[in-house]
Amino acid sequence: MAEIAERLKNIIRPENLIYGKSPLLNEVTMHYCPGCSHGVVHKIIAEVIDDMGIQDSTIGVSPVGCAVFAYNYIDIDWSEAAHGRAPAVATGIKRISPEKTVFTYQGDGDLAAIGTAETMHAVNRGENIVMIFINNAIYGMTGGQMAPTTLLGQVTSTTPYGRNVDLNGYPLKITELIAQLPGAAYVTRQSVHTPAAVRKARKAIRKAFELSQKNIGTCFVEVVSTCNSGWKLTPVESNDWMVKHMFPLFPLGDLKDGGKDATEPFNIQG
Amino acid sequence: MAKVIGAVVVDSEVCKGCNLCVVSCPTQTLGLNRDVNSKGYHYSYMENPENCIGCSNCSSVCPDSCIAVYRVKVE
Ligand SMILES: Cc1ncc(C[n+]2csc(CCOP(=O)(O)OP(=O)(O)O)c2C)c(N)n1
Ligand code: SF4
Ligand code: SF4
Ligand code: SF4
Ligand SMILES: [Mg+2]
Repeated sequence: MAEIAERLKNIIRPENLIYGKSPLLNEVTMHYCPGCSHGVVHKIIAEVIDDMGIQDSTIGVSPVGCAVFAYNYIDIDWSEAAHGRAPAVATGIKRISPEKTVFTYQGDGDLAAIGTAETMHAVNRGENIVMIFINNAIYGMTGGQMAPTTLLGQVTSTTPYGRNVDLNGYPLKITELIAQLPGAAYVTRQSVHTPAAVRKARKAIRKAFELSQKNIGTCFVEVVSTCNSGWKLTPVESNDWMVKHMFPLFPLGDLKDGGKDATEPFNIQG
Repeated sequence: MAKVIGAVVVDSEVCKGCNLCVVSCPTQTLGLNRDVNSKGYHYSYMENPENCIGCSNCSSVCPDSCIAVYRVKVE
C-alpha cells in the first residue's frame, strides 16, 4: 500500500502531466447525460481551437437541441441561433467579419429537419464556414422523438414499433446530399466512440477549421454520435449499438476533399 | 530498457460514472467506485493503479474531461 502511494506521488507531478482538460473548457460541469457524445465533441473543438491559437478570432453558433448551451462550455465568442437557423446566422457573421473563423454546431433535428433549407443553401452558396453535425439519430433534447436520421426499425418515442418506411419514409443521408453541392469544400463523417476515432475526428475538425480560413467553400464534419438516454441503453451499449446499426448506413470517412468546384459549368457568360 | 509508467487523477465530483473510460483502458486500470459522489454517480478511479501506462485512452474518450493523465519513463 505504502509502496503504491509512494509510486503515485512520484508520477503525479505537474511536469509529468501529458493530457488533461483543455484550457478552453470552462470550469463548469456540462449538463449532458453521462456518456453523451456531445461532451467529447466539445472537448475536441476546444482542443483544436487552442492548438490553432484562434481563441480570440473564432465565433461559434449554437443550435436548439441538447447543445443549446454549448456557449457555456467553450471559452470563445458565440451566438445562439433559432432552431435550424445556425447556418444563416453563421453566414451573416462570416460575411461581416471574414477574418474570423466561424462554425455552427448542430444536431440532426436542427440541421437535417427544421433547418434543412438553411443547411443546403448555406453549403450551396459555398459559405466559408465550418458546420459540425452531431448525428445521434434522434431528437435528444425533447425526449427521444424520431429524427429524419432515425434508422428503419429504430424505436423512438414517436415510433414505438420502430420506424416504418410506409409511415415515416427513409432515413435521410444529408451528408451525402451535401457532398454533391458545388459549394462544399470538405465533407467528412467521423465518430468519437474509441480513442482512435477521437484522434481521427480531431484531425478532421482541425482540417475543416484550417480550410475554412482559405475561403474555398463550406467544410462539413458529421460526427455519428450516441444519445444513450433517447436510445434507452447504457453509454457503453450505445457505442456498440451505433457501430452495429448506424455505421452501415452512415459509413465513416471523407466524402469530398478538394475545395469547392472550381468551374462554373452553367455560367452563360462562359 | 526504458519502461513507461503512468497514473491518472479523476475529478470525482465532475465524473458522471459513464464507464466509457473503464472499457477503453487497455490495462484494466480503472473501475467504477462503490462509493458515489455528491450527485450520486459511481465515479471512476484507479482500481489497479500499478497497471497504468499513461496512454491517455481513458481521458480522450471522457465526455466530461475529468481525467488528468501523468506519465514518466523509468530505466
Ligand atoms: C421552432 C421550434 N420547433 C421545435 C422545437 C422543439 N425542439 C427543441 S430541440 C428539438 C430537436 C433537437 O434534436 P437534435 O437537433 O437532433 O438535437 P439533440 O438534442 O439530439 O442533440 C426540437 C424539435 C423548438 N425548440 N423550436
Ligand atoms: S438526451 Fe441524448 S443527446 Fe441529449 S444530453 Fe442526453 S444523451 Fe446527450
Ligand atoms: S469517462 Fe469520464 S465521466 Fe465517464 S466514468 Fe470515466 S471519468 Fe467519469
Ligand atoms: S492512461 Fe491508459 S493505462 Fe492509464 S488508466 Fe488511462 S487508459 Fe488505462
Ligand atoms: Mg439529435
